[in-house]
Amino acid sequence: MFSIVRTLWDVFLHSFQRRVTRQYPEQPAYLPPRWRGRIVLSRDPDGGERCVACYLCAIACPVDCIALQATEDSNGRRYPEFFRINFSRCIFCGYCEDACPTYAIQLTPDFEMSEYKRQNLVYEKEDLLISGTGKYPGYNFWRVAGVQIDGKDKGQSEREEPPTDLRQLLP
Amino acid sequence: MAIIYIDDKPHQADAKQNLLHACLSLGFNLPYFCWHPALGSVGACRQCAVKQFRTPDDKHGHLVMACMIPAVEGTRISIHDPEAVAFRAGIIEGMMQNHPHDCPVCDEGGECHLQDMTVMTGHNYRRYDFPKRTFRNQYLGPFVNHEMNRCIQCYRCVRFYREYAGGNDFNVFGIRNTAYFGRYQDGVLESEFAGNLDEVCPTGVFTDATHKHHYTRKWDLQFAPSVCVHCGLGCNISPGERYGTLRRIVNRYHGDINGYFLCDRGRHGSEFVNSDQRIRQARLRRNGQLQAVSKAEALEHIRQVLTSSSRVIGIGSPRASLEANFALRAAVGERNFFAGIFQRELRLLNRVLDVLRNGLAPAASLREMENSDAVLVLGEDVTNYAPRMALSLRQSVRQGPMAMADKLKIPHWLDHSVRELAQDSKGPLFIASIAATRLDDVASETYHAAPDELARLGFAVAHKLDDNAPAVSGLTLEQTALAERIAQALRSARQPLIVSGLSCHSTAVISAAANIAQALRRTGQPSRVTFTVPECNSVGLALLGGRPLEDAFAAVRNRAADTVIVLENDLYRRASVQDVDALLLGAKHVIVLDHLTNATSTKAELVLPAATFAESDGTLVNNEARAQRFFQTFVPQPDVQESWRWLRDAIIASGRQDFAAWENLDHVIASMAVEVPALAAASKAAPDATFRMSGAKVPRQPERYSGRTAMLANIDLSEPKPPDDPDSPLSFSMEGSPDQPPSPLIPFAWSPGWNSYQAWNKFQEEIAGPLRGGNPGVPLVEAAAQPQQEYVRDVPAPFQPGDGEWLIVPFYHIFGSEELSIHSHGVKQLSPGAYLAMNDKDAERARLRPEDRIEFTIAAISYQAALKVRADLPQGIAAIPAGIEPLQGIQLPDWSRIVRVA
Repeated sequence: MFSIVRTLWDVFLHSFQRRVTRQYPEQPAYLPPRWRGRIVLSRDPDGGERCVACYLCAIACPVDCIALQATEDSNGRRYPEFFRINFSRCIFCGYCEDACPTYAIQLTPDFEMSEYKRQNLVYEKEDLLISGTGKYPGYNFWRVAGVQIDGKDKGQSEREEPPTDLRQLLP
Repeated sequence: MAIIYIDDKPHQADAKQNLLHACLSLGFNLPYFCWHPALGSVGACRQCAVKQFRTPDDKHGHLVMACMIPAVEGTRISIHDPEAVAFRAGIIEGMMQNHPHDCPVCDEGGECHLQDMTVMTGHNYRRYDFPKRTFRNQYLGPFVNHEMNRCIQCYRCVRFYREYAGGNDFNVFGIRNTAYFGRYQDGVLESEFAGNLDEVCPTGVFTDATHKHHYTRKWDLQFAPSVCVHCGLGCNISPGERYGTLRRIVNRYHGDINGYFLCDRGRHGSEFVNSDQRIRQARLRRNGQLQAVSKAEALEHIRQVLTSSSRVIGIGSPRASLEANFALRAAVGERNFFAGIFQRELRLLNRVLDVLRNGLAPAASLREMENSDAVLVLGEDVTNYAPRMALSLRQSVRQGPMAMADKLKIPHWLDHSVRELAQDSKGPLFIASIAATRLDDVASETYHAAPDELARLGFAVAHKLDDNAPAVSGLTLEQTALAERIAQALRSARQPLIVSGLSCHSTAVISAAANIAQALRRTGQPSRVTFTVPECNSVGLALLGGRPLEDAFAAVRNRAADTVIVLENDLYRRASVQDVDALLLGAKHVIVLDHLTNATSTKAELVLPAATFAESDGTLVNNEARAQRFFQTFVPQPDVQESWRWLRDAIIASGRQDFAAWENLDHVIASMAVEVPALAAASKAAPDATFRMSGAKVPRQPERYSGRTAMLANIDLSEPKPPDDPDSPLSFSMEGSPDQPPSPLIPFAWSPGWNSYQAWNKFQEEIAGPLRGGNPGVPLVEAAAQPQQEYVRDVPAPFQPGDGEWLIVPFYHIFGSEELSIHSHGVKQLSPGAYLAMNDKDAERARLRPEDRIEFTIAAISYQAALKVRADLPQGIAAIPAGIEPLQGIQLPDWSRIVRVA
């Protein structure tokens, strides 16, 4: 009998305590920048697509939910012809971000992607591509890579000598 | 065999080989770059360093390059010695100094020997912070992409291109760390084997240019063991597919045939599979127009046609599988089955088979050709007719000088020393052909003449070898002397080889080759013969039998047949427009099964979409009568199916329900073995569909195949079940047995730590030797134990140039003459246009100048072409390119006048 009254009392007292339940979505949750949520494709500082379609995210993905096709523009710059993530399969492990050699694919602090139709969880490149650099400002793979693209000749990458003159005779 | 000690454990090794060869054969992982199983050792890259010890008590030891030390009895080495490990890591670090930060955009990534070796040595962090040297790239043609920054100066490319493949428009320029590998200026690489640079280069300097526009990593491709369909040699290939299109072809090692290399036609000739000319749905002619119809409608139409026809005839094809041809034969009956080639070609093929069956000399595989020390090529331009054979013949001329190396006790694998010793000396290779060939640079002597004269030379050689052989009267002094020199070379050789074939279209030439083999045999000299054949299943078709094409024309002309089924055969490429028109328009119903829209299929009443080699399974018989199975790489669109399945469905539709028992390929093969005993052995070409390894099928996809749950998600989120494969023990999945499959079932080369093509090391009994369990394929022709001893005695009369007429012969071109490969962009770019070539003196006499528009007439049809003048063509002979539009459907050789078009 006493314990019942005691319980009622305890419950009554709780109505004066601070609420633990967060009033989501009116009250948004704090998510740290390294939260592994919705995946995006970022752009390099010059505004070009960062993704070079190297397929490393696809091979790293443990649930195989990334599919893409590489293609090349007329100036030798490689990019994905299509890039598809099936978020109904994604486990947000972040391996794709780890594998990405160009900082193109990034996980963001956003998990609000519920859909009434599962089919809508399939994101194409247009859905994934953002306009900024995301978490990694400054890096541009093409400034480091040795291949020639539009606007960057051979020998103009970081830490590169000018192209060898094959007709010089000096040792 | 010798006992060598590796890390204090005894192992068996081949004493004639080097330590690197021994270590790799024993399954050790020892990194290397400049060494290549087919190219030998030069000791340039310093990567395969191991510690060698003089005695069991020697604890100090010294570093040696494993590829430069013979594996002699008692050799003691350590692979895992810390000093050797550190040395190897240092070498890699040095190579990586200038290697660009390209892997994500490099086509070699994921199958890169440099990546593998870097991981193997453990180098993982860059310490060198200074600028990297850079180079400008070159345009090297439609097949090879050049990215020179990535070079690690292993010199494999020049060694392959110049020394192995005999090209001379590619070299190394510059010095020290600026050595440059390329041409003296931009341009198409001249060698027909340049595509092999993709695989020879251990990194991404040379990559497949045709793969670039739809690039896919190796781990994402679905492979199947397959056989090349672009000539009669039957090289083994691994086609790779992604997203329903064929992406590329790579070499699949076969110890007896292609080894490590393919020709560029084989490697790049398969774009037709993705062509927009493909027939992907059944088409039925309604109101004069071909319209797409469903499978059911097509079969209903077939039922009506077959039940209402009085006599149905079938025309087979030398480019369709044995099973497809056999199914056609079963559908129409043996009496109504026509081989799809003319009597002339059928007779030549049967003559070749007679020689092989007679057992005068065993048929030489390409590998055996490399070991021949005297070769006579009679009538063939092998580079253009059976391209991969040219690469093997090029190696044969090295056998002679090897005797010098033996004398000085230089091992054969010590490549640079052997070549330095040999200098320009070459073993005997005699080429008797109509005109100059691409092998002439290594030939000891060449002889250009009309086919009959080539045959006479062959008969004369046989007579020189054995007096009982028929003598040839009326030889010129020059011919007699040449025959004597050839006979002398063949007589004194250890393993002479005679190469002949069908490209001259002359029975006399083949008989002359047979006589030489007979003469050598009678004089107690073991020799080998090989014959080139035009298409991938020419020999199979000849073994299956069937009547010649002209009989089919006659049957329709005489109203003896009213319905014609044409199997994978563009008749307009074989016969004249009049003849084919008469057949296709004369028959009441024409049903065509083919892959591509062509002249024949556009005239048909019903066109059925037949699966290509990449979409079907089947058996092909190559020029040595070796039956090899090719397997389906990917599942095509639903209406496209194997020719034999269409034909089975047609038979069932016509009311013969017993053919419903043909559920899979094995049932067709079993039925074929009963009906055609000559092909019974074909069932042993590969394990049947019930074969399992540890209870599982062989996976077609690499373990790390990616995108399974996303590649079709745009269509439907629920992933479809992987397609079943009732026809083979392979699965369309990455799941399956992890064990090494038997050699006919290896879809691609991969082994843990070995992602590049060098992984073939792990599939061979010994390095560069046969695959484990034997090389794929079974011989279909048994040589007679007691060869028939008779010589062929009908020596042709000397060739007489015509009076105002020329003997027109076909010239084959590696790029352009073959029907399917011409649909590849690169092949089309490199193919010649229509021309007629003539001797310069003939042209002068006829008052014709180069580039004149000329006209010639064969079988009452006139053709026009531009005139080419060639000094190497014999007088009285004119040549036109074979199979090149519009010079198709001409039966050659034949005589014609040649006149200038006003």
